Amino acid sequence: MAEVSRPQPQFPTLARQREADHLGMLIFLTTEVLIFGGLFAALFVLRAEHSAEYVKSSKGMHLWLGGINTAVLLTSSAMVALMVEAVRAGRARLAKWLLMGAIALGLAFLAIKFTEYALEYRDGVVPRLSPGNLQGGPDALFMDLYFAATGLHALHVAAGLVLLGSLIWPFGAARSDSSAAFAGNAALYWHLVDVIWLFLYPTLYLAR
Amino acid sequence: MKAVRTILFAWAALLALLGLTIAASFAPLGHALPFVSYGVAFAKTGIVAWIFMELRVRDGLQRIALGAGFVWLAILFTLLFADNLTRGWPA
Repeated sequence: MAEVSRPQPQFPTLARQREADHLGMLIFLTTEVLIFGGLFAALFVLRAEHSAEYVKSSKGMHLWLGGINTAVLLTSSAMVALMVEAVRAGRARLAKWLLMGAIALGLAFLAIKFTEYALEYRDGVVPRLSPGNLQGGPDALFMDLYFAATGLHALHVAAGLVLLGSLIWPFGAARSDSSAAFAGNAALYWHLVDVIWLFLYPTLYLAR
Repeated sequence: MKAVRTILFAWAALLALLGLTIAASFAPLGHALPFVSYGVAFAKTGIVAWIFMELRVRDGLQRIALGAGFVWLAILFTLLFADNLTRGWPA
């Protein structure tokens, strides 16, 4: 988004407007926390009620693919944080490269995630779809919640990628936004998507 | 450049914590494992929020805005566990 030199009429100063921008984004992010909170609550209840089956299902997850994906997402988040610094320093070319790196890692995350879905289909643990041995009960419920939670998260990753992409084109924030207002807000969203995964990983993959 | 160093240091710490949480899942920790797993998850979240999301330079109102979501979650989980984890208790 082009550099804004004058505030919107409802704000007395530009600084106040940017503060309101950030505050709005943070409040939106709290609603995201609560959306995923419901799914986590369901998973915790399942674990409390059917501890043995939950642990058995969790042990069937592809732990290393999940671990690699965590590292991929953390690295991508670090690149986005560096991108915000580069935008502030007026180093547009560097910011663009960092954005492209972060987007590439985000795409890698999705590729690994869908590879994992394919492996789970082959393992026969996709409820109703794969010709396997899941016949209802806590195991199937675990997998239902797994697909709901990681699927919703993957959707957020995709939305984040569009947002990061829009900083390169058409908005070119990396070129003309020295206060990093828009870039900073896009970065906040990307970091929150990362934080949600940081909790999904131990909840789904590391229950023993 | 100081900010760049801080970000890179945070990134290294996050990957180290990831290694720790995977290693802990193989250790014979029994019922202590969830506490370790979620302890590490909260530590990672703290680093991401404080350094990457720049809460370290934000004012109090903005910190509260993001923290509010987690406070509401804490209420949800407290009431949930108050029911769910005490069901087997004698009346």
